[in-house]
Amino acid sequence: MTGFAARSGGDGVGVIAIEGELTAGSEDALTAAFTEATSGGEQVVLMDFSGLDYMNSGGIGLLVTLLVRANRQGQRLLACGLDDHYRQILELTRLDEAITIYADEAEALAAAAA
Amino acid sequence: MSEMKERRDEGNWAKPVEDLVPSNVPNGALNTVGGKQALSPIQGFGKMWQKTYSVTLQGADVSPQEVIAVWKAEFPTFWPRSASFYAPLTGIEPGEVALLDAPIGGGFKLSTGVFVLYADEESFTFMTPQGHVFAGWITFSAFRTGEGPTTAQAQVLMRAQDPITEIGLTLIGHRKEDAFWLATMRSLAARFGVEGAPERKTICVDRRRQWSRAGNVRHNVGLRAPIHTMTSPLRRGSRDSG
Repeated sequence: MTGFAARSGGDGVGVIAIEGELTAGSEDALTAAFTEATSGGEQVVLMDFSGLDYMNSGGIGLLVTLLVRANRQGQRLLACGLDDHYRQILELTRLDEAITIYADEAEALAAAAA
Repeated sequence: MSEMKERRDEGNWAKPVEDLVPSNVPNGALNTVGGKQALSPIQGFGKMWQKTYSVTLQGADVSPQEVIAVWKAEFPTFWPRSASFYAPLTGIEPGEVALLDAPIGGGFKLSTGVFVLYADEESFTFMTPQGHVFAGWITFSAFRTGEGPTTAQAQVLMRAQDPITEIGLTLIGHRKEDAFWLATMRSLAARFGVEGAPERKTICVDRRRQWSRAGNVRHNVGLRAPIHTMTSPLRRGSRDSG
């Protein structure tokens, strides 16, 4: 199953839980989830990758355009739930220089609140 | 510590590397890439562009997988003759580095390369190194919409690496790049017996320039292009005699 569930993480943080695949075909669903996650004026968006089981280079491209959109709106992107494989991909593509990575949601929310 | 599960995309991605190392430096090629790092669009300076070049292979009974297999295997042959692509010895595989020469006007050539970031049966992606004209990646893919014909596509997500290349791209570079990829798509279509009419779609993803990246200019290979072009016969000669 593939999907992007948006919810509030509290304290001005929106959370997007990524399930299944992240590819170029995910653009509309991910954009909708981002809009929903920031509908309350959230300035931080945490993407939870723990449900991700497939990503191609189109998916990484989507993350870049999402990052640009967030920056343009003065919002920060955080990531959590990445296993070693996907963490390596974010490092390889150097997205980790712009998206701060945390081990899990609790750690990310604590950092966002600090 | 996070567990290491086997992922479906595991073998499609390059492994992390500190510095790029080309596996093949053929006669006449200049290795300006060795020891450099690959860059994403985030590390670039200029406006961010997404440029998509596509061609529908109308009438060709060919699957997306077949198109990508041919595109990978014969990649250099689809480029305009003014440019050279020196494919890695093992082909276009994740983690490989290929060298290339591209004309930049005035009779000069830019010697640079690409890092193969990703490759599967329906797509492959190149990432550019420090010193290239732009920071970003190019994804080559093929797909079918419904029962329709296969479409081949090259999509560039990029920022000019530094202020000089930003000026160059604005004045002439974007137009030259468009012409380059449209010619490439026509050649690819012709390989499958199709007289293709490639299409171009350009989106400015981010109009802002990242002045904190202006220092990328120290890696600019284009500034050394006149010297590289003039010494090209010497390199070829020394390899021949060596």
